[in-house]
Amino acid sequence: MYSSIVMDHFKNPRNVGEIENADGIGEVGNPVCGDMMNVFIKVENDKIADIKFKTFGCGAAIAVSSMLTELAKGKTLDAAMKITNQDVADALGGLPQNKLHCSNLGADALHAAIKNYLDRKSGKIKDLQKDREEHIGGREAQACYCPYCSKQVEEESPFCIFCGSDIPHEHDH
Amino acid sequence: MGVIYLDHLSGTPLHPRVKEAMIHHINTVYGNPVSDHQVGQQASQALDQARSQVAALINADPGEIVFESGGTESVNHAIKGVAIGMREKGRHLITTNIEHKSVLNALRTLRLLDYTVTSLDVDSYGLVDPAAVEAAITPDTILISVMLANNEIGTLEPVAEIAKIAKKHKVVCHTDAVDAVGVIPVDIRELGVDLLSLAANQFYGPPGVGALYVRKGTRIWPLMDGGMQENKRRAGTENLIGIVGMGMAAEMAKAEMPERLPRLRALRDKLRDGLVAGIPEIVINGHPTQCLPHLVSVSLKYVEGESVMLMLDEEGVAAATRSACASGSLRASHVLISTGMDFATAQGTLLFSLGRDTTDADVDRVIKVLPPIVQTLRDMSPLYKKGHAG
Repeated sequence: MYSSIVMDHFKNPRNVGEIENADGIGEVGNPVCGDMMNVFIKVENDKIADIKFKTFGCGAAIAVSSMLTELAKGKTLDAAMKITNQDVADALGGLPQNKLHCSNLGADALHAAIKNYLDRKSGKIKDLQKDREEHIGGREAQACYCPYCSKQVEEESPFCIFCGSDIPHEHDH
Repeated sequence: MGVIYLDHLSGTPLHPRVKEAMIHHINTVYGNPVSDHQVGQQASQALDQARSQVAALINADPGEIVFESGGTESVNHAIKGVAIGMREKGRHLITTNIEHKSVLNALRTLRLLDYTVTSLDVDSYGLVDPAAVEAAITPDTILISVMLANNEIGTLEPVAEIAKIAKKHKVVCHTDAVDAVGVIPVDIRELGVDLLSLAANQFYGPPGVGALYVRKGTRIWPLMDGGMQENKRRAGTENLIGIVGMGMAAEMAKAEMPERLPRLRALRDKLRDGLVAGIPEIVINGHPTQCLPHLVSVSLKYVEGESVMLMLDEEGVAAATRSACASGSLRASHVLISTGMDFATAQGTLLFSLGRDTTDADVDRVIKVLPPIVQTLRDMSPLYKKGHAG
């Protein structure tokens, strides 16, 4: 189900670990959703001199993290901010449909790390714990509602029985 | 080295005798059991024989067995068939929070049709309290559906006790016994349920064929409308090749169970104990004694199940995962969450289900290869250090 590039990066992930005294740290996702990624960057002359990651997640999430660090390493901060989730997925030779959300973590984590670096430089201090709690809290919607007509529908409904719209599920797209 | 297959709950390889029976059937029989000529009657005899074989496995009368296209259809038939057949009596159904998706989603459909459903909590072992079942019964209740063996944690539910309660209140009782029948002894007379679902591919029969036990007198409407097949319970020409395979698989399960059970239990214990000894911070899921004999369900802290499963696959070990990421659903296993497990730990769940071909050496291999895989992934996990720090 995974491409050979994905399997290679999954089995032999590049740049695993943490950077002590990192200049920027980005953390996205949470265990409730099934994946969580931390990205650590060292910045020199506005370039990403070193980058490492730690990831809790499926095979795709680990491969995305690994590929992301390879794409970002050595790039200027401006260029690194332009790396998209699609770029990471493309570099991996594509991801299965239901795994595309995993690639959304990669570039987001990198951008968060760069933003963290810039914030620190301008004197702001990021509260990682607070961010994480907000993120998890936002996930705990108990009921499922049709996004088109807002009526309550059964969980995992293929479509809304009230308005007929297809109901997208997070893993479907 | 061949693959070490430890995913028997997802499906079993065909028993050699099942293969033989199916091939023999393909080579000799082609008629439709409803035809009164000799070619048809040959098919009819094959169908009767399979029905008797399946009935014998669960101590039922052959007339109480309805062949279906698998466990899912059997469950759908039981639940929707009773809902339709009993709709003049009431519109309330009772189940548990840890049922298979076929139960959950059949009930989802009934909710759309204005039936009401009470879904009961389970304890940390996944056990439902029969007293809670009794307390949930209302004059409107028509069906109680509680699984016999859970497919993710292996816990055996107190179905016999629940069936007694159902009988006392004149409510129909169904059990999804797909993961139990053919693995452990199941006697329909002792169990006392009115309806029971089973599937051939849990006991070395082919996929795509199952059965519903229907106690005489149970008011159950067909799910599949059409002709008179299966005593007017399930229309459509029977999947006779599959049914013949299921019949032989049932016969083999009954004959071999006395030797299969102690072997499986010994291998299961060895695997469970070996993993506990080799991996720190591992959770064994399910009830310690009231459980399936061939399943080891573990949750590995700080790692996600699919990545462990993929690395095991690279080592030639096929296991199953119940992480949200692999199942296509964003939420972690509803079964494990219902037992009170936290989301992060539930994501690291792996299921090893053993079978009649599993050997001591297979178990040794898993005990050897899994700990370093888990360590590699933990070293990569941002939760690992945090878990230790906290």
